Amino acid sequence: MNARQTAKHSLNIVDRPLTKNRAEVPTVSLSAFAYLFSEYIQYLVDRANSISELEDRLERVGFEVGLRVLELLSYRDKALRRKTDVLDILRFIHGPAWQYLFGKTADDLQQAANADDEYYIRDYDLLISRYISVPRSYEAFNPGTLAAGMMRGMLDSAGFPARVTAHYMAHKDRPRPITTFMIKLEPSVLARQAQMEAARKG
Amino acid sequence: MLRGGPPGARNAPSLEQINAEVFTLTYGSIVRQLISDFEDIEEVNKQLEQMGYNMGIRLVDEFLAKAKITRCSSFKDTAEVVAKQALPMFLNVSANVANWSPDQTECSLILTDNPLADFVELPEEHRDLKYCNVLAGVVRGALEMVNMEVECRWVGDMLKGDDCYELRVKLKEHRDEKFPYKDDD
Repeated sequence: MNARQTAKHSLNIVDRPLTKNRAEVPTVSLSAFAYLFSEYIQYLVDRANSISELEDRLERVGFEVGLRVLELLSYRDKALRRKTDVLDILRFIHGPAWQYLFGKTADDLQQAANADDEYYIRDYDLLISRYISVPRSYEAFNPGTLAAGMMRGMLDSAGFPARVTAHYMAHKDRPRPITTFMIKLEPSVLARQAQMEAARKG
Repeated sequence: MLRGGPPGARNAPSLEQINAEVFTLTYGSIVRQLISDFEDIEEVNKQLEQMGYNMGIRLVDEFLAKAKITRCSSFKDTAEVVAKQALPMFLNVSANVANWSPDQTECSLILTDNPLADFVELPEEHRDLKYCNVLAGVVRGALEMVNMEVECRWVGDMLKGDDCYELRVKLKEHRDEKFPYKDDD
C-alpha cells in the first residue's frame, strides 16, 4: 500500500479529492458491468409482476446514478453557471455527459416536429444494451431504460423535470436496433422557458 | 504490465472498457434498492453473494477464453491467478495473496483499491452490510466452475475503518474432473 492511498482513505469520504480530469478517471471492463447489469435485470425479472414495473425499477436505479453524475461532472468541470436553457442541458447530456457515461457522444439530438416539449436523443449502439438480447416474450422491455433513468436524473437535478423513455427502432442498415430516448418535459419547464425568453426580449 | 505472475502467464488482452465511476454508482444504486427490498441486512448480504455467484459462473468462461493462462497446478497458483490476472482483467485492480494457513488451504486476497466501493460511506445503521459481498460470490462461483469449492468471507473492509479489503478464501474441496461420458460411448 503506498502512502498516498493510505492518506486518501483515512479522510472522510466527502473530503477526499476527486480524480482531477476526465482523462484520469479509471475504467473497468465492460464485461464486469454487463455481468452486474444482467444479473440485476434477472433479479428484477424474478420479482417484478409486469414489464412496466420492471422498467420502473430499472429506471429508478439509473435516476439515482444520474443525480450523482451531474453533480460530479459539475464539480470536476468547475461549472460556474447553471444551465438554464433547455437546449443547453440537452446538448450537455448529448455531448459531454454521454461521452463520460458511455465513451462517445450520442448520435442524434432532435426536437419532435409537432411538440415543443418533446426531444429525441438517439444512440446507434448503446453501450449498456450491447450484451443484452431481449426475448420475444419481453418485447416491450428495453434495457436502455437504465440510461433513460440516468438522463432523467441529470435533467431533474438541473431543474428540468421530465419523463424519459427508451425505445428500440430497427434499422435496415444496422445489425443492432437504434435506441431512441424520448424526453418529454414537464409543462413547468416550458412555462419557465417562455418567461425567460420574454424577459430577455424586454 | 504484469510481472511475476504464475508460470505460463502472458499479458491478458485488454477488454473493452467502461468508466469506473459509472460502474461504481450503478452498483451503489443497486445495493440501495436491495436494502429497501429486503429490510434485513443479512438478507441483502446473501442476495449480493448470490448475484455474485451467478456472475462468477458465467465470467469464468470469458476469463479462461481470453486470459491465455496455463493450467494451475495447485490452489496456490489459482489464488495468484485470481489476484493478479482475473481482478486486473475485469476490474483493473490487482490484489495481493497473503496470510496462508499452514496447510495451504486458506488465504486472503488483499485489495486497497476497490472500484465497487468508491464514493461509498457506510451509515451507522448499516454497519452489518457487507458492501462488496458480490465479489465474494464471484470468486466462489468462478472457482466452483473449475472444480474448487471455496468459502469466501470478508475479514477486512475499508468502509468499516480497516486498512484494506481482505477477502478470506477457504478451499473446502478440490474435486477431480469428472467427465459425463464413458470411454466406450
